[in-house]
Amino acid sequence: MAETPRREDNGHEGHPFAQMITIGVVAAVIGTAITLLMSWFPTNAAGSAGKIDTLYDVLLIVSVPIFVLVMTVAIYSVWRFRARPGDMSDGAPIHGNTRLEIIWVTIPFLLVTGLAIYGWITLNDIEAKQPDELVVNVTGQQFTWTFEYPAQKVKSPELVLPVDRPVHFKVHTKDVIHSFWVPQFRLKSDAVPGVTTRIRVKPDRVGNYEVVCAELCGIGHATMRNRVRVLPKTGFDAWIAKQRGGGAAGGGGGGAPSGKQLFTANGCDSCHTLADAGATGNVGPKLDDIAAAAAKFGKARHESARNYVRESIVDPRAFTVPGFPKNVMPTTFGKDLSKRQIDALVGYLLRVGGGKG
Amino acid sequence: MTATIHRFTAPGWYRAALGVALGFGIGAGTVTLIRALYGFDPVFFGNAVVTAGALIAAPLGFLIGIGCFDYWFYWASGRPTRPEDHSGHGARSWKDYFRVNTDHKVIGIQYICTTFFFFVAGGLMAMVMRAELAQPGSQFVDANTFNGLFSVHASLMIFLFIIPVFAGIANFVIPLMIGAPDMAFPRLNALSYWMLPVAGIMMLSSFFAEGGAFATGWTAYAPLSTETPLGQNFFTLGVQFAGASSIATALNFLVTIITMRAPGMTFWRMPLLVWANFTTSLLVVIATPFIAGSQFFVLFDRSLGTHFFSAGTGGDVLMYQHVFWFYSHPAVYIMMLPGFGIISEVISTNARKPIFGYRMMAFSLVAIVILGFTVWAHHMFVSGMFSWLRVPMMITTMLIAVPTGIKIFSWLATLWRGVIHLRTPMLFALGFITMFTLGGISGIMLAVIPFDIHVSDTYFVVAHIHYVLFGGSVFTIFAGIYHWFPKMTGRMYDETLGKVHFWLSFVFFNLTFGPMHIVGIDGMPRRVSDYAQQYATWNAIISVSAFIFGLSFLVFLYNMISSWRHGPKAAANPWRAHSIEWQVSSPPPIFNFDEVPTVVGGPYEYGVPGAVHAVFKEKEPAAVPAGGGGAPPPTTE
Repeated sequence: MAETPRREDNGHEGHPFAQMITIGVVAAVIGTAITLLMSWFPTNAAGSAGKIDTLYDVLLIVSVPIFVLVMTVAIYSVWRFRARPGDMSDGAPIHGNTRLEIIWVTIPFLLVTGLAIYGWITLNDIEAKQPDELVVNVTGQQFTWTFEYPAQKVKSPELVLPVDRPVHFKVHTKDVIHSFWVPQFRLKSDAVPGVTTRIRVKPDRVGNYEVVCAELCGIGHATMRNRVRVLPKTGFDAWIAKQRGGGAAGGGGGGAPSGKQLFTANGCDSCHTLADAGATGNVGPKLDDIAAAAAKFGKARHESARNYVRESIVDPRAFTVPGFPKNVMPTTFGKDLSKRQIDALVGYLLRVGGGKG
Repeated sequence: MTATIHRFTAPGWYRAALGVALGFGIGAGTVTLIRALYGFDPVFFGNAVVTAGALIAAPLGFLIGIGCFDYWFYWASGRPTRPEDHSGHGARSWKDYFRVNTDHKVIGIQYICTTFFFFVAGGLMAMVMRAELAQPGSQFVDANTFNGLFSVHASLMIFLFIIPVFAGIANFVIPLMIGAPDMAFPRLNALSYWMLPVAGIMMLSSFFAEGGAFATGWTAYAPLSTETPLGQNFFTLGVQFAGASSIATALNFLVTIITMRAPGMTFWRMPLLVWANFTTSLLVVIATPFIAGSQFFVLFDRSLGTHFFSAGTGGDVLMYQHVFWFYSHPAVYIMMLPGFGIISEVISTNARKPIFGYRMMAFSLVAIVILGFTVWAHHMFVSGMFSWLRVPMMITTMLIAVPTGIKIFSWLATLWRGVIHLRTPMLFALGFITMFTLGGISGIMLAVIPFDIHVSDTYFVVAHIHYVLFGGSVFTIFAGIYHWFPKMTGRMYDETLGKVHFWLSFVFFNLTFGPMHIVGIDGMPRRVSDYAQQYATWNAIISVSAFIFGLSFLVFLYNMISSWRHGPKAAANPWRAHSIEWQVSSPPPIFNFDEVPTVVGGPYEYGVPGAVHAVFKEKEPAAVPAGGGGAPPPTTE
């Protein structure tokens, strides 16, 4: 016959299948052990986090051996069945093996079904409604978060939570889609225009964490971060009390709002640098010398520095400082702040933005 | 004088330039006239002029000018069409690659070279991003440019590299493989190609638009995408041209594969690459109109003042994501199934064995196509959509592991007891099997909703997508390019350089994208130009690996260019493969076959005594050796 010869099997080299399986099992055990011992997650600071971490361990136990198995068969086959130089023969004409094919359809099917059921149970666990929930309204905007405690009538740019009490977050946005995520809680929900999304968390570890915006929301997305503090119950109550009295204490007497408080409470600090308020944002113009800039641009626009600053807050689309992107600053401040608050903010900015840098 | 006029009336670059100018004028004029009639202020509005003139009318003018529509226009207007003299068929010099050509082999090479150009462009953007991310803080580019870089990077890689390069490889190989003289619609084929450079240049040039390149990711989620500067329109319309090209090509493949197979080529005798492109084309034809629709709505919201995606005025924000992912999840399989086909060819040829479980391999492709349409919302587990949809989509997503597993295990079984030749394409195929398995596993993890809630929109997702699209798709592309390089160019590539390319890619691919799993789970979000100090060490490692990974591509480029020019001449069938494209000369004759081949058996009958896939009329079947199919004995190894 003219066809290429078929390679002869060398029966005396030991049973290749058993040899390979032994190597594979050992490698799979080692691989699984290593991945389980690795520290993957950030601090675990909520009840749901532990469940998700365990779920991930189960996923590793199922998937690492599969990966190692594939690697082993590939490497072993190459090592064992590699053509010798000048070898023109063909391999064994095996077209299939029904029993083997049934096995590798059935086992993955059972594995993923099991994982899906386990995932479903965990999902129901972490989303279950709990008694005595503290409601927090979370609002995203380019590029900061605000947290409102409706029952306590408190609003803050910082998320402060009592330890061991379930929290029900209702997530909103003023502009585009953001995503509310505290990695230490493991939970995340997009903030969607026109929709209220919800997540439930029970923080169980006192500490300082960060809210991270996880959905691309524009130029300041990378720096859209707010502080999270989980406090003991007494500390939380004290914080609430301080916040409720805060307006009077800060304003001195008549309850007039402090410009500095307004500046941080409305998230101005996430985009602008202002030394007096400890702000280091770099999306918009620096405000340390806003007085001089306001005089300059105001003059060009035939308005006083005070009116220029006011217009920049209330109607930011009217003028953009050259070198900065247009249409980035939110247009909601004119609506959200009262006239008195705006006056206070403008006065504060012109006072501390005197160019001392 | 008449020669000058003739230049501007005959199809070609002069007329294309004229077409661009006229198109721009007509588009800009129309929109300005409409604004004047409506009394809009200003009448001459830059954004509108650029959108209607430069992005819509000028590209159409270019396509008409270069000559994509000449035959159809003659035909449609009832004038006598030019008799086909085959002057637009085959390439006699390099200049023929810069003209409208109807030869599927020329178009295939046009596709591949063009898409690799955009691959390099997208890769360079990745390098700039890794430079910026090498340490925390802001060093090289500002946030807006960075957002533009990753958006254009992803768009080029997806719409101008992976999807079309597969169409390019298939364009060259499929007609030869099924014994057809060309594609079913050669003129449509040419039009499909010429829309690609239009789309790619549009996306690249968005960096020069006022306000910078589109910066909303390749996902362009509304309402961010409806509010950002002009650059977004370059994406919105670029996608239309790339999508139209995709749809037309897929239609062409479907008709070609269904109607133009050689006698005896039943569906169960088709090589798996043909099956793969058949199923991919089904996906493209069904799914691609959805992304076209979603981007048109974004364009209308941006340019015409509609409110499809603005909440509170009758619009629905989440609808964008549903429509977008109804295309973009199947798109993942559009970017993977042709690669599956390439791997089947490479593995069986280089292991000298029939594909294990051939029919199951074909059925699993079909299963992936069907399941692929039922999983889109797994991209939306944290999106705030109606929550009941999540669990069903988790289940369907995980079920895709079953047909995918069939393929992986069948390839492994094909290796078993083979005679394995570790040539460069085989190395890339093995690299693909292992890396794609890892990407598939992280895909299963992402499908489990509670875990996804934590890692959604983090670097874990970045790692996953690069394992499936680079370790998966791009490795199969490299395997395919090396495998068919002798057939396409008539020359052999340098095997040593090919192996160097593989090992550099394989090692530094893993060092680049492997650690991204770790920083992702640890809390680093994706699409950020700056990050917390705690991720600094890993990011430095990732960046250094990425630079070496990027440089490894130069080895490939050098190998391809120098081998194409000076490589040793290739035999017709250097790999001793059975499929039909290897039974004709390298490169193939201009009209593919002097004799129509007759298919008499399966495509992978290695090791079966006397087995032949196809015979040519004048030859006796018995005279054709199983390993050679009429080709001289292999001279290269």
